[in-house]
Amino acid sequence: MNLAEIAKILEAEVIVGGDLLNEEIKMGCGSDLMSDVLSFVKSEALLLTGLINPQVVRTAEMADLAAICFVRGKKPGQETIRLARTKNIPLLTTPLPMFESCGRLWQEGLVGCSEYKK
Amino acid sequence: MVSDYRISKVQELIYEIGVGEIMQTDLVTVDPRTPMSQLRAILREKRISGTPVVDGDKLVGIISIEDFIRWLADREEDCQIAEKMSKNVCTIYADEPLTQAVNIFQRFGYGRLAVVNREDKKLLGIITKGDIVRGLLKKLEIDHVAEEEVYRHRVKHFFDDILADKVVLLFQYDVVGHDFARAGEGASRLKATLRRLGLAPQIVRRVAIATYEAEMNVVIYTDGGKMRVRVEPHEIFLVVKDSGPGIPDIEKAMQPGYSTAPEWVRELGFGAGMGLCNISRCATKMDLKSTVGKGTQLNIRISIDNEAKSENS
Repeated sequence: MNLAEIAKILEAEVIVGGDLLNEEIKMGCGSDLMSDVLSFVKSEALLLTGLINPQVVRTAEMADLAAICFVRGKKPGQETIRLARTKNIPLLTTPLPMFESCGRLWQEGLVGCSEYKK
Repeated sequence: MVSDYRISKVQELIYEIGVGEIMQTDLVTVDPRTPMSQLRAILREKRISGTPVVDGDKLVGIISIEDFIRWLADREEDCQIAEKMSKNVCTIYADEPLTQAVNIFQRFGYGRLAVVNREDKKLLGIITKGDIVRGLLKKLEIDHVAEEEVYRHRVKHFFDDILADKVVLLFQYDVVGHDFARAGEGASRLKATLRRLGLAPQIVRRVAIATYEAEMNVVIYTDGGKMRVRVEPHEIFLVVKDSGPGIPDIEKAMQPGYSTAPEWVRELGFGAGMGLCNISRCATKMDLKSTVGKGTQLNIRISIDNEAKSENS
């Protein structure tokens, strides 16, 4: 599933990375705990989170994540957007809460990090 | 230096890129017999400010929004576009360099140029100043990606060129305490450097995650510290040292979920007592020394040939 399809399923707005919508997303994860993301999430995953500080982008950078989607209509500040731009990490924001966002994507066939097999 | 480089790069590019590469080819054209009164709708619908006038397949003129405004201002009767268009069409060949187009725009102040084939003089497209800017930006972006590849290539060879029995690289990154906005900059710079060295992505990822978590700890709990990185062909050795408050009970600190982080740190998604466990997962070997009131030193070894463990991280 690519990023454009994900944006459609989540009714999400693209904040950064409008040129990266063809990027293939292999799996997803939802977490507000960045240390958990760093330890359990595989590279090239989509991260759904309620946090909007710049360290979320740093986490994505370190763990080689494919994209970040903020849930429950949260919009990041300039600092977060600027960092995502320099690191070329797409940012999306969906009005849906975390549980529903994960549920919709999973139902449409996006697997979780523990299910993903190469 | 950077801006100087960019300017010369742009100058280089306008000689290098052909007009044909960046012109618009999904052309909107009008017939010379079209009434002037219909021009507004055409320009508005297609969101353009001017268009070539074509009779059959022959380019006979160019009509622009300025011509339309002049016609309106003169309050003349409706007439054919052929009467109001610029007949003296300035064209450019598709194989000419961008610099030629830039010169014409500068000299004559035209908004657009018709691009024709050198051999049969057939209309191929049009080019505007906007197209030039867009074309240059795109090319610069592509070059930037290529540049990173060149770096990587160069650094790899740099290693091959060194004649020695043992090669060791040392990097140091300073960490500012309590500055949450800048936390992770060291890890980020180290990651980019290791990539350029051509290390395997899973090794780079493990080093990046371990460094980032260690850097976070220094930012959260201390007034600052240093990260030293020693890169050898078989191993990466990280030393993270601070002169902070120290850890009273290392065994406890190593337990997953044990944390003394303040609330504001937890709100930002860190300080859940996972950092050290995380570092140890990424490391081939890790040891932690700390003296209360003096500071903490964390040694992390990540071996490069040990591919097996990298799959877990």
